[in-house]
Amino acid sequence: MNLHRETAAEIGRGLAARRYSSVEVTRHFLARIERANPALNAFVTVTAERALADAKRADARLARGEGGPLTGVPVAHKDIFCTTGILTSCGSRMLANFVAPYDATVVERLDAAGMVLLGKTNMDEFAMGSSNETSFYGPVKNPWDTACVPGGSSGGSAAAVASRIAPVATGTDTGGSIRQPGALTGLTGFKPTYGRVSRYGMIAFASSLDQAGVLAQSAEDAALVLGAMAGHDARDSTSVAAPVPDYAAGLGKPVKGLKIGIIREFFGAGLEAETGAAVRAAIEAFRGEGATVEELSLPNLPLSVPTYYVVAPAECSSNLSRFDGVRFGHRCKDPRDLLDLYRRSRGEGFGAEVKRRIMTGTYVLSAGYYDAYYLKAQKVRSLINDDFRRAFAKVDVLMGPTAPTPAFAIGAKTDDPILMYLNDIYTIGANLAGLPAVSVPCGLAGGLPVGLQVIGPHFAEERLLAVAHAWQRATDWHRRMPEGYA
Amino acid sequence: MSAAANGWETVIGLEIHAQLATHSKIFSASATAYGAPPNAQASLVDLGYPGTLPVLNREAVRMAVKFGLAIGASVAPRSVFARKNYFYPDLPKGYQISQYELPVVARGEVGILLEDGTRKTVGVTRAHLEEDAGKSLHEGLGRMSGIDLNRAGTPLLEIVSEPDLRSAREAVAYMKKIHTLVRYLEICDGNMQEGSFRCDANVSVRRAGVTKLGTRCEIKNLNSFRFVERAINHEVQRQVDLIEGGGKVVQETRLYDPDRDETRPMRSKEEANDYRYFPDPDLLPLEIDADFVADVRAGLPELPDAKATRFAREHGLSDYDAGVLTASRELAAYYEAVAAGAGEPKLAANWVMGELSGFLNRDVLEIGASPVGAAALAGMLKRIVDGTISGKLAKDVFEAMWSEGKDADAVIAERGLRQITDTGAIETAIRDVMAANPGHLADYRAGKDKLFGFFVGQVMKATAGKANPAQVNELLRKLLAGP
Repeated sequence: MNLHRETAAEIGRGLAARRYSSVEVTRHFLARIERANPALNAFVTVTAERALADAKRADARLARGEGGPLTGVPVAHKDIFCTTGILTSCGSRMLANFVAPYDATVVERLDAAGMVLLGKTNMDEFAMGSSNETSFYGPVKNPWDTACVPGGSSGGSAAAVASRIAPVATGTDTGGSIRQPGALTGLTGFKPTYGRVSRYGMIAFASSLDQAGVLAQSAEDAALVLGAMAGHDARDSTSVAAPVPDYAAGLGKPVKGLKIGIIREFFGAGLEAETGAAVRAAIEAFRGEGATVEELSLPNLPLSVPTYYVVAPAECSSNLSRFDGVRFGHRCKDPRDLLDLYRRSRGEGFGAEVKRRIMTGTYVLSAGYYDAYYLKAQKVRSLINDDFRRAFAKVDVLMGPTAPTPAFAIGAKTDDPILMYLNDIYTIGANLAGLPAVSVPCGLAGGLPVGLQVIGPHFAEERLLAVAHAWQRATDWHRRMPEGYA
Repeated sequence: MSAAANGWETVIGLEIHAQLATHSKIFSASATAYGAPPNAQASLVDLGYPGTLPVLNREAVRMAVKFGLAIGASVAPRSVFARKNYFYPDLPKGYQISQYELPVVARGEVGILLEDGTRKTVGVTRAHLEEDAGKSLHEGLGRMSGIDLNRAGTPLLEIVSEPDLRSAREAVAYMKKIHTLVRYLEICDGNMQEGSFRCDANVSVRRAGVTKLGTRCEIKNLNSFRFVERAINHEVQRQVDLIEGGGKVVQETRLYDPDRDETRPMRSKEEANDYRYFPDPDLLPLEIDADFVADVRAGLPELPDAKATRFAREHGLSDYDAGVLTASRELAAYYEAVAAGAGEPKLAANWVMGELSGFLNRDVLEIGASPVGAAALAGMLKRIVDGTISGKLAKDVFEAMWSEGKDADAVIAERGLRQITDTGAIETAIRDVMAANPGHLADYRAGKDKLFGFFVGQVMKATAGKANPAQVNELLRKLLAGP
């Protein structure tokens, strides 16, 4: 069977047409996970039993003529989403014993849509990383070249879908953690507008930036899954009450007359040549289809990385205070007293990158430094916001590369945090401004996938999906699979 | 107090924590009832579970606005929740959600009336919403400590006064006023034993005439009016002694030990230094529109000051009595019902503040639990007014009503306490007394006026106290004077 060559949407149609059952589909993917996962390390937990039970339930639903386009379609969740009764590790030793007592809203909604849970995917520890090398469970390998990283922090989800051991997976994007791994593994990585998808049950890294999204084979898959998980949730005060459009129905909208803005600042030094060429060629192709292209300057955008590395650590230093060895998670052996309990539980439970960010964040919020760092960063953040707002007064979408280079070798940047942080130089802006953005495969550089990033104004998910879909109807980059996994 | 006499001035500001009487917690749906088994009222949100998020309780906001309006403060159209970061086992998230730079209520004032009749206006700097922490339990657990998170997430309104208070008495009067107010508004049950209403006092001293504030100390967690007064007095004396002895006050947090009647510094571990406040990204800024405020304003009850003014004006009561009778909404309602029923406001006020309050205190009862209801008391007062019983006998009737739960008429009838107003019967009693005491009678008639009281006593004794005193006086004067 070549079920894995079908997109999630195609599997959904096959199930609806009764060409195969969800149990068959699920068995197929479970078998592929079993074969490929040991080398890729994409999954932290495989929930085979649960998957088959889900599949049976989905088949029953389909047999009754019920269910929707995702009923019976398998999915993998990033291990940042709480799942009842299943280890939810967040890629950390701190939570290596944490079995969540409840479901995240995203999990609950995809469950309600009838999706089948294959398991939980590996990730950078607490979503802090751009290469999936900070995970307590070890690095994830890029199926396109197992010597390379898949990007991060949603690296496990990216590797799982790229290797087609899962048809689609969820991810979270705080500074590029869906789009960058999407670009590095040849996937459609979609980050919605901040507030579009509930954060309830998603373990917080930086609350004002975190947003759940999808790693998918196609814009159509992203539209279906996003549509199922989006929408207001009373349990998340930052979730937005605006109605969710039928994203799948909006896919066919033409891109003729689309006004594209090219972000000048994204094409400077640091952009690898072949990557830049592939992205430029893609934008030219849109022009050929009748879009207008205009180069724009967003002068404050180059400040994204330093701004982000103040705001995100500040929030994370506070968000991660709850991991104190008292109620859940890692607790050190035989604490002498309270301070010893805190010091050792946290010292042992957190990895180096997480500690680095907690310390940075604690520093920038400290008395005497708050104004110079945190407050200043918030001001720059609003300037970046203004840059985007001015740009969207002129154009419909902004385009540029997703990442400065294709996938790099495992270990290449682990000794230099700054070099690692620069991986997110093109993606962070959309998080700071809360904008929706998508990365779509647009070529290869040195045999490795390159991503084209499309950023839209707030709540322009439909437009971004239509642009991505138009591109995918004209090209087949998204259909290419890494050798050995086809 | 000696401090003032010695040329020192005391400066006090209070931070009062009033637990808001919402059914559920400020950021979760858990119940807030007191006394549940440990951790029975702690949800995943209260436990700070990974992935959980706070959702603001609208009722808590309504209560904060109510308070703001009641003290004539401005209600902020936009206020911000901030995180106060520190590690402690009873603080599940490692931060407390509070309000820092932009509180919901800013700048109001309350008037206080001191026992000597002095009025004073005390500024309220701000009032903000925040969540309470849990409790650490150290007893009966060996070397371990227990954590009870039932209280974690309970809504609090922190009411911060200006440093306008100049003595422990003023501080207590102010705290009592706020206590009255929050109960009038029905936003706090005011139960101090259960910790629903408590305060921290910032205390400093300075030489009389000096305008610069002295270094202050904060005394934490005072949960009774008596402790507030004693702790402040102790702390003032300590600071004065320290400075007069050539020392300096160090800014620090202290705890009051009621058993030893002294304050002592908290261990440094109990004192966090840098809370790293920043706006909580999980909560949007709290926006309150004019309609909401108008709606809350429309629902405000008559406030204690307005009620006291009305009682003074309409009932002819003194300001002090009006203040006492409006100390709680229940007491004021009780008094008003008695006054209306008896038709004699002053008599009603005297009885409510006198006998009734005395019995309530003796039996440690709240006004709502009084065995003698307002209608029953009014019924008895009517019997005084119409002369059925004397004021003196009324006290016996009241006691019987209190212990037996009967109304005044039943007690009067049962015990034959009806006043003797029959002139003939009283005259007979007087003549008997005169006949039995010829010597006293002769002395009286010889000019020993003081003996009049003796004859009154004898007549009352002879009538078992039931003779109408006014009539006794009148008839005695006439008959003693001679034929």
